[in-house]
Amino acid sequence: MTRSGRRKAFSRFVEVLCGASVLLALVPLFLVFFYVLSQGFSSLNWNFFTKMPTPPGEAGGGMANAILGTLYLIAVAALLAIPVGLISGIYLSEYPKSRLATATRFTADVLNGVPSIVIGIFAYGLVVMPVKHFSALAGGVALCFMMIPIIARTTEELLNLVPGTLREGALALGATRSRAAFSVMLPAALPGIMTGILVALARVSGETAPLLFTSFNNRFLTTKLTQPISSLTVQVYTYAISPYDDWHRQAWAGALVLVAVVFTFSVLARVVTKRLERMHRT
Amino acid sequence: MSEGNGTVVEAPPIPNPALRPPAPREVTPPARPFPATARVRMETRGLRFFYGKTQALHDVSLAVPEKSVTAFIGPSGCGKSTYLRCLNRMNDIIPDTRVEGEVLLDGNDIYASGSDVVSLRRRVGMVFQKSNPFPKSIFENVAYGLKINGLCRRSELPQRVEKALRGSALWDEVKDRLHSTAMGLSGGQQQRLCIARALAIEPEVILMDEPASALDPIATQKIEELIYELKRDYTIVIVTHNMQQAARVSEYTAFFMLGRLVEHDRTEKIFTNPGQKITEDYITGRFG
Repeated sequence: MTRSGRRKAFSRFVEVLCGASVLLALVPLFLVFFYVLSQGFSSLNWNFFTKMPTPPGEAGGGMANAILGTLYLIAVAALLAIPVGLISGIYLSEYPKSRLATATRFTADVLNGVPSIVIGIFAYGLVVMPVKHFSALAGGVALCFMMIPIIARTTEELLNLVPGTLREGALALGATRSRAAFSVMLPAALPGIMTGILVALARVSGETAPLLFTSFNNRFLTTKLTQPISSLTVQVYTYAISPYDDWHRQAWAGALVLVAVVFTFSVLARVVTKRLERMHRT
Repeated sequence: MSEGNGTVVEAPPIPNPALRPPAPREVTPPARPFPATARVRMETRGLRFFYGKTQALHDVSLAVPEKSVTAFIGPSGCGKSTYLRCLNRMNDIIPDTRVEGEVLLDGNDIYASGSDVVSLRRRVGMVFQKSNPFPKSIFENVAYGLKINGLCRRSELPQRVEKALRGSALWDEVKDRLHSTAMGLSGGQQQRLCIARALAIEPEVILMDEPASALDPIATQKIEELIYELKRDYTIVIVTHNMQQAARVSEYTAFFMLGRLVEHDRTEKIFTNPGQKITEDYITGRFG
Protein backbone atom coordinates (compact mmCIF):
# COMPACT_ATOMS: atom_id res chain seq x y z
CA MET A 1 0.00 0.00 0.00
CA THR A 2 1.23 3.46 -0.77
CA ARG A 3 1.86 5.99 1.94
CA SER A 4 -1.22 8.05 1.13
CA GLY A 5 -3.26 4.87 0.84
CA ARG A 6 -2.23 3.92 4.35
CA ARG A 7 -3.16 7.36 5.66
CA LYS A 8 -6.56 7.19 4.00
CA ALA A 9 -7.19 3.72 5.40
CA PHE A 10 -6.23 4.89 8.88
CA SER A 11 -8.49 7.91 8.57
CA ARG A 12 -11.34 5.64 7.56
CA PHE A 13 -10.60 3.34 10.51
CA VAL A 14 -10.78 6.27 12.98
CA GLU A 15 -14.04 7.42 11.42
CA VAL A 16 -15.57 3.99 11.87
CA LEU A 17 -14.28 3.88 15.45
CA CYS A 18 -15.94 7.22 16.23
CA GLY A 19 -19.21 6.10 14.69
CA ALA A 20 -19.15 2.85 16.62
CA SER A 21 -18.52 4.69 19.90
CA VAL A 22 -21.50 6.92 19.30
CA LEU A 23 -23.69 3.90 18.60
CA LEU A 24 -22.37 2.18 21.69
CA ALA A 25 -23.32 5.20 23.77
CA LEU A 26 -26.78 5.35 22.23
CA VAL A 27 -27.60 1.65 22.54
CA PRO A 28 -28.23 1.65 26.33
CA LEU A 29 -30.37 4.78 25.98
CA PHE A 30 -32.58 3.20 23.34
CA LEU A 31 -32.72 -0.11 25.21
CA VAL A 32 -33.92 1.63 28.35
CA PHE A 33 -36.39 3.64 26.33
CA PHE A 34 -37.89 0.68 24.54
CA TYR A 35 -37.89 -1.65 27.50
CA VAL A 36 -39.64 0.87 29.72
CA LEU A 37 -42.06 1.63 26.92
CA SER A 38 -42.87 -2.00 26.24
CA GLN A 39 -43.25 -2.90 29.92
CA GLY A 40 -45.00 0.22 31.06
CA PHE A 41 -47.27 1.13 28.18
CA SER A 42 -49.71 -1.77 28.72
CA SER A 43 -50.40 -0.67 32.31
CA LEU A 44 -50.80 2.95 31.32
CA ASN A 45 -54.39 4.10 31.19
CA TRP A 46 -56.53 7.03 32.20
CA ASN A 47 -56.93 5.66 35.71
CA PHE A 48 -53.20 5.69 36.19
CA PHE A 49 -53.18 9.47 35.89
CA THR A 50 -56.40 10.19 37.79
CA LYS A 51 -56.77 7.52 40.49
CA MET A 52 -55.07 7.13 43.82
CA PRO A 53 -53.09 4.03 44.72
CA THR A 54 -55.11 1.00 45.74
CA PRO A 55 -54.18 -1.80 48.14
CA PRO A 56 -52.45 -4.78 46.49
CA GLY A 57 -54.84 -7.08 44.70
CA GLU A 58 -57.43 -4.39 44.10
CA ALA A 59 -57.44 -3.37 40.46
CA GLY A 60 -57.78 0.08 38.93
CA GLY A 61 -55.42 2.14 41.09
CA GLY A 62 -53.24 4.92 39.77
CA MET A 63 -50.43 7.25 40.71
CA ALA A 64 -52.17 10.62 40.57
CA ASN A 65 -50.66 11.56 43.93
CA ALA A 66 -47.13 10.67 42.83
CA ILE A 67 -47.35 12.46 39.49
CA LEU A 68 -48.64 15.63 41.13
CA GLY A 69 -46.17 15.17 43.96
CA THR A 70 -43.20 15.03 41.61
CA LEU A 71 -44.33 18.17 39.82
CA TYR A 72 -44.94 19.85 43.16
CA LEU A 73 -41.49 18.94 44.47
CA ILE A 74 -39.84 20.17 41.28
CA ALA A 75 -41.72 23.44 41.53
CA VAL A 76 -40.66 23.94 45.15
CA ALA A 77 -37.05 23.12 44.28
CA ALA A 78 -37.11 25.46 41.27
CA LEU A 79 -38.57 28.31 43.30
CA LEU A 80 -35.78 27.95 45.83
CA ALA A 81 -32.91 27.19 43.46
CA ILE A 82 -33.47 29.52 40.50
CA PRO A 83 -33.09 32.85 42.35
CA VAL A 84 -30.10 31.66 44.38
CA GLY A 85 -28.45 29.99 41.39
CA LEU A 86 -29.01 32.93 39.06
CA ILE A 87 -27.76 35.53 41.50
CA SER A 88 -24.67 33.53 42.45
CA GLY A 89 -23.98 32.98 38.75
CA ILE A 90 -24.18 36.71 38.14
CA TYR A 91 -21.82 37.36 41.03
CA LEU A 92 -19.34 34.77 39.79
CA SER A 93 -19.30 36.36 36.36
CA GLU A 94 -19.23 40.01 37.49
CA TYR A 95 -16.48 39.56 40.09
CA PRO A 96 -14.65 36.49 38.79
CA LYS A 97 -11.40 37.07 40.63
CA SER A 98 -12.72 37.94 44.09
CA ARG A 99 -11.91 35.52 46.88
CA LEU A 100 -15.57 34.82 47.54
CA ALA A 101 -16.10 33.95 43.87
CA THR A 102 -13.17 31.55 43.81
CA ALA A 103 -14.48 29.84 46.94
CA THR A 104 -18.05 29.73 45.63
CA ARG A 105 -16.97 28.27 42.31
CA PHE A 106 -15.00 25.54 44.04
CA THR A 107 -17.84 24.80 46.46
CA ALA A 108 -20.37 24.61 43.65
CA ASP A 109 -18.22 22.14 41.75
CA VAL A 110 -17.80 19.99 44.84
CA LEU A 111 -21.51 20.17 45.65
CA ASN A 112 -22.27 19.10 42.10
CA GLY A 113 -20.28 15.93 42.67
CA VAL A 114 -21.70 15.05 46.08
CA PRO A 115 -23.72 11.80 45.92
CA SER A 116 -27.43 12.57 45.99
CA ILE A 117 -28.01 10.35 49.02
CA VAL A 118 -25.65 12.58 50.99
CA ILE A 119 -27.62 15.62 49.90
CA GLY A 120 -30.72 13.81 51.17
CA ILE A 121 -29.11 13.18 54.56
CA PHE A 122 -28.10 16.82 54.74
CA ALA A 123 -31.64 18.02 54.01
CA TYR A 124 -32.88 15.48 56.57
CA GLY A 125 -30.67 17.04 59.21
CA LEU A 126 -31.53 20.56 58.15
CA VAL A 127 -35.30 20.41 57.68
CA VAL A 128 -36.66 17.05 58.89
CA MET A 129 -34.83 16.74 62.23
CA PRO A 130 -35.89 20.07 63.76
CA VAL A 131 -39.61 19.47 63.15
CA LYS A 132 -39.37 15.70 63.56
CA HIS A 133 -41.35 14.75 60.49
CA PHE A 134 -40.96 14.38 56.76
CA SER A 135 -42.22 17.16 54.52
CA ALA A 136 -42.51 18.29 50.92
CA LEU A 137 -40.41 21.29 51.88
CA ALA A 138 -37.56 19.01 52.93
CA GLY A 139 -37.73 17.21 49.57
CA GLY A 140 -37.73 20.53 47.72
CA VAL A 141 -34.76 21.72 49.74
CA ALA A 142 -32.81 18.55 48.97
CA LEU A 143 -33.52 18.89 45.24
CA CYS A 144 -32.71 22.60 45.30
CA PHE A 145 -29.24 21.85 46.68
CA MET A 146 -28.68 19.71 43.62
CA MET A 147 -29.94 22.40 41.26
CA ILE A 148 -28.11 25.42 42.65
CA PRO A 149 -24.58 24.48 41.53
CA ILE A 150 -25.78 23.54 38.03
CA ILE A 151 -27.69 26.80 37.60
CA ALA A 152 -24.96 28.96 39.12
CA ARG A 153 -22.20 27.52 36.95
CA THR A 154 -24.27 27.57 33.76
CA THR A 155 -25.29 31.16 34.42
CA GLU A 156 -21.68 32.16 35.05
CA GLU A 157 -20.38 30.48 31.92
CA LEU A 158 -23.09 31.91 29.69
CA LEU A 159 -22.69 35.41 31.09
CA ASN A 160 -18.99 35.17 30.35
CA LEU A 161 -19.87 34.58 26.71
CA VAL A 162 -21.76 37.88 26.52
CA PRO A 163 -19.38 40.52 25.13
CA GLY A 164 -18.14 42.88 27.83
CA THR A 165 -18.82 45.79 25.47
CA LEU A 166 -22.53 45.39 26.28
CA ARG A 167 -21.80 46.02 29.94
CA GLU A 168 -19.74 49.07 29.01
CA GLY A 169 -22.58 50.30 26.81
CA ALA A 170 -25.02 50.07 29.71
CA LEU A 171 -22.63 51.70 32.18
CA ALA A 172 -21.96 54.52 29.72
CA LEU A 173 -25.70 55.27 29.76
CA GLY A 174 -25.65 55.73 33.50
CA ALA A 175 -26.53 52.19 34.60
CA THR A 176 -25.12 50.93 37.86
CA ARG A 177 -23.14 47.71 37.80
CA SER A 178 -26.03 45.62 39.09
CA ARG A 179 -28.51 47.32 36.79
CA ALA A 180 -26.30 46.50 33.83
CA ALA A 181 -26.01 42.90 34.98
CA PHE A 182 -29.75 42.40 35.39
CA SER A 183 -31.10 44.48 32.52
CA VAL A 184 -28.52 43.83 29.79
CA MET A 185 -26.16 40.98 30.55
CA LEU A 186 -28.75 38.57 31.97
CA PRO A 187 -31.29 38.98 29.13
CA ALA A 188 -28.50 38.56 26.59
CA ALA A 189 -27.51 35.24 28.15
CA LEU A 190 -31.06 34.13 28.90
CA PRO A 191 -31.55 31.49 26.17
CA GLY A 192 -28.60 29.50 27.41
CA ILE A 193 -29.49 30.04 31.05
CA MET A 194 -33.00 28.72 30.41
CA THR A 195 -31.44 25.59 28.99
CA GLY A 196 -29.30 25.26 32.09
CA ILE A 197 -32.33 25.60 34.35
CA LEU A 198 -34.33 23.03 32.38
CA VAL A 199 -31.41 20.62 32.34
CA ALA A 200 -31.14 21.01 36.10
CA LEU A 201 -34.88 20.35 36.42
CA ALA A 202 -34.61 17.27 34.23
CA ARG A 203 -31.73 16.04 36.33
CA VAL A 204 -33.46 16.38 39.69
CA SER A 205 -36.86 15.15 38.54
CA GLY A 206 -35.38 11.68 38.25
CA GLU A 207 -33.82 11.65 41.71
CA THR A 208 -34.94 9.11 44.31
CA ALA A 209 -32.23 9.08 46.94
CA PRO A 210 -32.59 12.67 48.20
CA LEU A 211 -36.34 12.18 48.58
CA LEU A 212 -36.29 8.88 50.49
CA PHE A 213 -35.95 10.49 53.88
CA THR A 214 -37.02 14.03 53.17
CA SER A 215 -40.39 14.07 51.40
CA PHE A 216 -40.78 10.33 52.10
CA ASN A 217 -44.07 9.12 50.63
CA ASN A 218 -47.75 9.66 51.03
CA ARG A 219 -50.63 7.48 49.95
CA PHE A 220 -52.89 10.52 49.75
CA LEU A 221 -52.99 13.58 47.61
CA THR A 222 -51.57 16.58 49.42
CA THR A 223 -50.30 20.02 48.57
CA LYS A 224 -49.15 20.94 52.06
CA LEU A 225 -45.52 22.00 52.31
CA THR A 226 -45.29 20.61 55.82
CA GLN A 227 -46.67 17.14 55.01
CA PRO A 228 -44.88 14.19 53.46
CA ILE A 229 -45.58 13.98 49.75
CA SER A 230 -45.47 11.22 47.22
CA SER A 231 -43.20 11.30 44.20
CA LEU A 232 -42.93 9.13 41.11
CA THR A 233 -39.41 8.02 41.87
CA VAL A 234 -40.11 6.93 45.46
CA GLN A 235 -43.42 5.36 44.43
CA VAL A 236 -41.72 3.38 41.66
CA TYR A 237 -39.06 2.28 44.13
CA THR A 238 -41.67 1.21 46.71
CA TYR A 239 -43.74 -0.69 44.16
CA ALA A 240 -40.77 -2.29 42.47
CA ILE A 241 -39.50 -3.92 45.67
CA SER A 242 -42.98 -5.06 46.69
CA PRO A 243 -44.01 -8.70 46.13
CA TYR A 244 -47.20 -7.90 44.18
CA ASP A 245 -47.46 -8.31 40.41
CA ASP A 246 -49.95 -5.54 39.80
CA TRP A 247 -47.73 -3.15 41.79
CA HIS A 248 -44.82 -4.20 39.58
CA ARG A 249 -46.85 -3.31 36.52
CA GLN A 250 -47.72 0.04 38.07
CA ALA A 251 -44.02 0.62 38.78
CA TRP A 252 -43.24 0.15 35.09
CA ALA A 253 -45.94 2.60 34.13
CA GLY A 254 -44.57 5.04 36.69
CA ALA A 255 -41.10 4.65 35.26
CA LEU A 256 -42.48 5.40 31.81
CA VAL A 257 -44.18 8.58 33.02
CA LEU A 258 -40.97 9.60 34.76
CA VAL A 259 -38.95 9.13 31.59
CA ALA A 260 -41.57 11.15 29.74
CA VAL A 261 -41.27 13.98 32.27
CA VAL A 262 -37.48 14.10 31.95
CA PHE A 263 -37.75 13.86 28.17
CA THR A 264 -40.24 16.72 28.12
CA PHE A 265 -37.88 18.96 30.07
CA SER A 266 -35.04 18.18 27.66
CA VAL A 267 -37.15 18.87 24.59
CA LEU A 268 -38.51 22.01 26.21
CA ALA A 269 -34.94 23.15 26.86
CA ARG A 270 -34.13 22.86 23.17
CA VAL A 271 -37.30 24.55 21.97
CA VAL A 272 -37.05 27.44 24.40
CA THR A 273 -33.40 28.02 23.52
CA LYS A 274 -34.16 28.05 19.81
CA ARG A 275 -37.02 30.49 20.18
CA LEU A 276 -35.18 32.89 22.45
CA GLU A 277 -32.11 32.79 20.24
CA ARG A 278 -34.19 33.64 17.23
CA MET A 279 -35.42 36.74 19.03
CA HIS A 280 -31.84 37.83 19.60
CA ARG A 281 -30.67 37.48 16.03
CA THR A 282 -32.06 38.98 12.84
CA MET B 1 18.34 48.53 79.47
CA SER B 2 16.46 51.37 81.07
CA GLU B 3 14.54 49.18 83.51
CA GLY B 4 16.37 50.67 86.44
CA ASN B 5 14.70 54.05 86.57
CA GLY B 6 11.58 53.28 84.52
CA THR B 7 12.17 55.79 81.77
CA VAL B 8 12.41 54.87 78.14
CA VAL B 9 14.65 56.82 75.89
CA GLU B 10 12.91 57.28 72.58
CA ALA B 11 14.92 57.21 69.43
CA PRO B 12 14.51 60.31 67.29
CA PRO B 13 12.07 59.69 64.43
CA ILE B 14 13.71 58.58 61.25
CA PRO B 15 12.42 60.65 58.35
CA ASN B 16 10.65 58.35 55.96
CA PRO B 17 10.26 59.97 52.57
CA ALA B 18 7.45 57.60 51.63
CA LEU B 19 5.27 58.77 54.51
CA ARG B 20 5.47 62.44 53.75
CA PRO B 21 2.56 63.87 51.80
CA PRO B 22 3.49 64.22 48.15
CA ALA B 23 4.69 67.65 47.20
CA PRO B 24 2.09 69.47 45.10
CA ARG B 25 2.89 68.78 41.49
CA GLU B 26 3.72 71.59 39.16
CA VAL B 27 0.96 71.33 36.59
CA THR B 28 1.27 73.26 33.39
CA PRO B 29 -2.09 74.79 32.48
CA PRO B 30 -3.58 73.35 29.30
CA ALA B 31 -3.14 75.08 25.98
CA ARG B 32 -6.18 77.05 24.82
CA PRO B 33 -6.16 77.09 21.04
CA PHE B 34 -9.76 78.31 20.99
CA PRO B 35 -11.14 81.85 21.32
CA ALA B 36 -10.96 83.25 24.83
CA THR B 37 -14.75 83.61 24.86
CA ALA B 38 -15.33 79.89 24.32
CA ARG B 39 -16.56 78.09 27.41
CA VAL B 40 -14.45 75.16 28.56
CA ARG B 41 -16.64 72.09 29.05
CA MET B 42 -14.05 69.50 30.08
CA GLU B 43 -10.53 69.94 31.22
CA THR B 44 -7.80 67.76 32.66
CA ARG B 45 -4.86 68.94 34.70
CA GLY B 46 -1.78 66.80 35.07
CA LEU B 47 -3.72 63.59 34.40
CA ARG B 48 -1.78 60.40 34.98
CA PHE B 49 -3.13 56.93 34.49
CA PHE B 50 -1.67 53.59 35.56
CA TYR B 51 -2.49 50.04 34.53
CA GLY B 52 -0.92 48.28 37.50
CA LYS B 53 2.65 49.54 37.46
CA THR B 54 2.59 50.67 33.84
CA GLN B 55 1.99 54.35 33.42
CA ALA B 56 -0.22 54.93 30.38
CA LEU B 57 -0.72 58.68 30.65
CA HIS B 58 1.88 61.24 31.69
CA ASP B 59 0.62 64.58 32.98
CA VAL B 60 -1.93 65.28 30.30
CA SER B 61 -3.39 68.77 30.55
CA LEU B 62 -6.02 69.53 27.98
CA ALA B 63 -9.12 71.69 27.65
CA VAL B 64 -12.16 70.93 25.52
CA PRO B 65 -14.38 73.88 24.55
CA GLU B 66 -18.13 73.36 24.37
CA LYS B 67 -20.12 72.79 21.16
CA SER B 68 -17.10 71.84 19.14
CA VAL B 69 -15.36 68.72 17.93
CA THR B 70 -11.99 67.85 19.38
CA ALA B 71 -10.14 64.96 17.74
CA PHE B 72 -7.44 62.83 19.37
CA ILE B 73 -4.91 61.31 17.01
CA GLY B 74 -1.78 59.31 17.58
CA PRO B 75 -0.26 55.88 16.97
CA SER B 76 -1.81 52.76 18.54
CA GLY B 77 -1.12 52.47 22.23
CA CYS B 78 -0.40 56.17 22.66
CA GLY B 79 -3.04 56.51 25.37
CA LYS B 80 -5.69 58.42 23.47
CA SER B 81 -8.42 55.86 24.17
CA THR B 82 -7.33 55.55 27.79
CA TYR B 83 -7.51 59.32 28.06
CA LEU B 84 -10.97 59.38 26.51
CA ARG B 85 -12.19 56.73 28.93
CA CYS B 86 -10.95 58.83 31.85
CA LEU B 87 -13.39 61.54 30.84
CA ASN B 88 -16.43 59.46 31.87
CA ARG B 89 -14.60 57.21 34.34
CA MET B 90 -15.08 54.20 32.10
CA ASN B 91 -11.72 52.93 33.29
CA ASP B 92 -13.16 52.47 36.78
CA ILE B 93 -14.31 48.97 35.91
CA ILE B 94 -10.84 47.82 34.91
CA PRO B 95 -9.27 46.28 37.99
CA ASP B 96 -5.89 47.42 39.26
CA THR B 97 -5.87 50.85 37.64
CA ARG B 98 -5.16 54.23 39.19
CA VAL B 99 -5.78 57.85 38.28
CA GLU B 100 -3.87 60.90 39.44
CA GLY B 101 -4.52 64.51 38.62
CA GLU B 102 -7.78 66.26 37.94
CA VAL B 103 -10.54 65.80 35.40
CA LEU B 104 -12.93 68.72 35.45
CA LEU B 105 -16.43 68.82 34.03
CA ASP B 106 -17.67 72.42 34.19
CA GLY B 107 -14.97 73.04 36.76
CA ASN B 108 -15.87 70.16 39.10
CA ASP B 109 -13.47 67.27 39.59
CA ILE B 110 -15.25 64.10 38.46
CA TYR B 111 -12.80 61.92 40.40
CA ALA B 112 -13.45 63.81 43.65
CA SER B 113 -14.58 61.51 46.45
CA GLY B 114 -18.19 62.72 46.56
CA SER B 115 -18.69 62.68 42.81
CA ASP B 116 -21.43 60.41 41.47
CA VAL B 117 -20.26 58.29 38.58
CA VAL B 118 -23.78 57.46 37.40
CA SER B 119 -24.81 61.10 37.00
CA LEU B 120 -21.43 61.81 35.41
CA ARG B 121 -22.03 59.21 32.72
CA ARG B 122 -25.46 60.63 32.13
CA ARG B 123 -23.85 63.96 31.31
CA VAL B 124 -20.90 62.50 29.42
CA GLY B 125 -22.14 59.90 26.94
CA MET B 126 -20.00 57.48 25.00
CA VAL B 127 -20.01 55.70 21.66
CA PHE B 128 -17.69 52.74 21.31
CA GLN B 129 -15.41 51.49 18.58
CA LYS B 130 -17.44 48.40 17.92
CA SER B 131 -21.16 49.04 17.84
CA ASN B 132 -22.70 47.37 20.87
CA PRO B 133 -26.48 47.43 20.60
CA PHE B 134 -28.24 45.47 23.32
CA PRO B 135 -29.98 42.31 22.13
CA LYS B 136 -33.33 44.06 22.46
CA SER B 137 -35.61 45.88 20.06
CA ILE B 138 -34.53 49.13 18.40
CA PHE B 139 -37.02 51.01 20.57
CA GLU B 140 -35.80 49.36 23.77
CA ASN B 141 -32.20 50.19 22.92
CA VAL B 142 -32.91 53.90 22.65
CA ALA B 143 -35.31 53.91 25.60
CA TYR B 144 -32.85 52.09 27.86
CA GLY B 145 -31.00 55.12 29.21
CA LEU B 146 -34.24 57.01 29.73
CA LYS B 147 -35.79 54.13 31.61
CA ILE B 148 -32.93 53.28 33.94
CA ASN B 149 -32.38 56.91 34.82
CA GLY B 150 -36.09 57.60 35.12
CA LEU B 151 -35.69 60.61 32.88
CA CYS B 152 -39.18 60.77 31.50
CA ARG B 153 -42.65 59.39 31.95
CA ARG B 154 -43.55 56.17 30.18
CA SER B 155 -46.01 58.02 27.95
CA GLU B 156 -43.26 60.35 26.73
CA LEU B 157 -40.94 57.51 25.74
CA PRO B 158 -42.08 57.25 22.10
CA GLN B 159 -41.46 60.96 21.47
CA ARG B 160 -38.06 60.89 23.14
CA VAL B 161 -37.06 57.79 21.19
CA GLU B 162 -38.17 59.34 17.92
CA LYS B 163 -36.27 62.53 18.68
CA ALA B 164 -33.08 60.61 19.42
CA LEU B 165 -33.43 58.48 16.30
CA ARG B 166 -34.00 61.59 14.19
CA GLY B 167 -30.99 63.15 15.85
CA SER B 168 -28.82 60.27 14.69
CA ALA B 169 -30.37 60.29 11.19
CA LEU B 170 -31.73 56.79 11.63
CA TRP B 171 -35.43 57.48 12.01
CA ASP B 172 -36.43 57.11 8.37
CA GLU B 173 -34.66 53.79 8.09
CA VAL B 174 -36.13 52.18 11.19
CA LYS B 175 -39.48 53.89 11.86
CA ASP B 176 -41.40 50.91 10.48
CA ARG B 177 -39.57 48.33 12.53
CA LEU B 178 -38.98 49.94 15.87
CA HIS B 179 -39.95 46.79 17.68
CA SER B 180 -37.81 44.35 15.76
CA THR B 181 -34.44 43.41 17.14
CA ALA B 182 -31.52 45.81 16.81
CA MET B 183 -29.26 42.91 15.86
CA GLY B 184 -30.83 42.89 12.40
CA LEU B 185 -29.48 46.34 11.51
CA SER B 186 -26.38 46.81 9.37
CA GLY B 187 -23.09 47.77 11.00
CA GLY B 188 -23.45 51.44 10.18
CA GLN B 189 -27.06 51.51 11.34
CA GLN B 190 -26.08 49.78 14.57
CA GLN B 191 -23.47 52.43 15.22
CA ARG B 192 -25.98 55.21 14.56
CA LEU B 193 -28.37 53.39 16.90
CA CYS B 194 -25.67 53.51 19.57
CA ILE B 195 -25.35 57.24 18.94
CA ALA B 196 -29.14 57.60 19.22
CA ARG B 197 -29.00 55.67 22.47
CA ALA B 198 -26.42 58.10 23.78
CA LEU B 199 -28.38 61.14 22.50
CA ALA B 200 -31.63 59.98 24.12
CA ILE B 201 -30.47 60.90 27.61
CA GLU B 202 -29.35 64.31 26.32
CA PRO B 203 -25.79 64.36 27.55
CA GLU B 204 -23.63 67.46 27.40
CA VAL B 205 -20.52 65.78 26.09
CA ILE B 206 -20.29 62.80 23.74
CA LEU B 207 -17.13 60.74 23.68
CA MET B 208 -16.54 58.70 20.55
CA ASP B 209 -13.89 56.02 20.50
CA GLU B 210 -13.06 55.39 16.84
CA PRO B 211 -16.77 55.29 16.00
CA ALA B 212 -16.25 54.59 12.30
CA SER B 213 -13.24 52.31 12.31
CA ALA B 214 -15.30 49.18 11.67
CA LEU B 215 -17.51 50.73 9.00
CA ASP B 216 -17.36 50.97 5.21
CA PRO B 217 -16.74 54.38 3.56
CA ILE B 218 -20.41 55.17 2.99
CA ALA B 219 -21.42 54.38 6.56
CA THR B 220 -18.37 56.34 7.71
CA GLN B 221 -19.48 59.33 5.72
CA LYS B 222 -22.89 59.20 7.36
CA ILE B 223 -21.32 59.14 10.81
CA GLU B 224 -19.10 62.09 9.91
CA GLU B 225 -22.05 64.11 8.63
CA LEU B 226 -23.82 63.26 11.84
CA ILE B 227 -20.92 64.48 13.95
CA TYR B 228 -20.99 67.71 11.98
CA GLU B 229 -24.69 68.11 12.82
CA LEU B 230 -24.32 67.14 16.46
CA LYS B 231 -21.67 69.67 17.34
CA ARG B 232 -24.27 72.43 17.22
CA ASP B 233 -25.77 71.05 20.41
CA TYR B 234 -23.12 68.83 21.91
CA THR B 235 -19.48 68.92 22.86
CA ILE B 236 -17.83 66.07 20.99
CA VAL B 237 -14.53 64.38 21.64
CA ILE B 238 -13.51 61.78 19.08
CA VAL B 239 -10.60 59.37 18.95
CA THR B 240 -9.64 58.39 15.44
CA HIS B 241 -6.93 56.56 13.60
CA ASN B 242 -7.98 58.15 10.39
CA MET B 243 -6.23 61.47 9.98
CA GLN B 244 -8.38 62.59 7.07
CA GLN B 245 -11.34 62.01 9.34
CA ALA B 246 -9.81 64.15 12.07
CA ALA B 247 -9.14 66.86 9.51
CA ARG B 248 -12.68 66.63 8.14
CA VAL B 249 -14.75 66.61 11.31
CA SER B 250 -12.82 68.43 14.01
CA GLU B 251 -12.02 72.01 14.89
CA TYR B 252 -9.32 71.11 17.38
CA THR B 253 -6.88 68.26 17.28
CA ALA B 254 -4.70 66.82 19.99
CA PHE B 255 -1.75 64.63 19.07
CA PHE B 256 -0.81 61.93 21.59
CA MET B 257 2.44 60.01 21.64
CA LEU B 258 3.66 57.45 24.19
CA GLY B 259 1.13 58.53 26.78
CA ARG B 260 1.92 62.23 26.47
CA LEU B 261 0.04 65.05 24.86
CA VAL B 262 2.45 66.36 22.25
CA GLU B 263 0.42 69.10 20.73
CA HIS B 264 -3.08 70.51 20.92
CA ASP B 265 -4.15 73.18 18.48
CA ARG B 266 -6.65 74.17 15.88
CA THR B 267 -7.01 71.27 13.44
CA GLU B 268 -6.06 73.46 10.53
CA LYS B 269 -2.83 74.44 12.25
CA ILE B 270 -1.96 70.85 13.26
CA PHE B 271 -2.38 69.64 9.71
CA THR B 272 -0.71 72.52 7.87
CA ASN B 273 1.83 73.94 10.23
CA PRO B 274 2.34 71.76 13.31
CA GLY B 275 4.47 73.18 16.11
CA GLN B 276 6.38 69.96 16.73
CA LYS B 277 8.55 68.03 14.32
CA ILE B 278 7.18 64.73 15.61
CA THR B 279 3.58 65.78 14.88
CA GLU B 280 4.55 66.60 11.33
CA ASP B 281 6.33 63.27 10.96
CA TYR B 282 3.25 61.42 12.14
CA ILE B 283 0.82 63.37 10.00
CA THR B 284 2.89 63.01 6.88
CA GLY B 285 3.09 59.28 7.47
CA ARG B 286 6.77 59.04 8.26
CA PHE B 287 5.92 56.69 11.13
CA GLY B 288 2.88 55.33 12.89
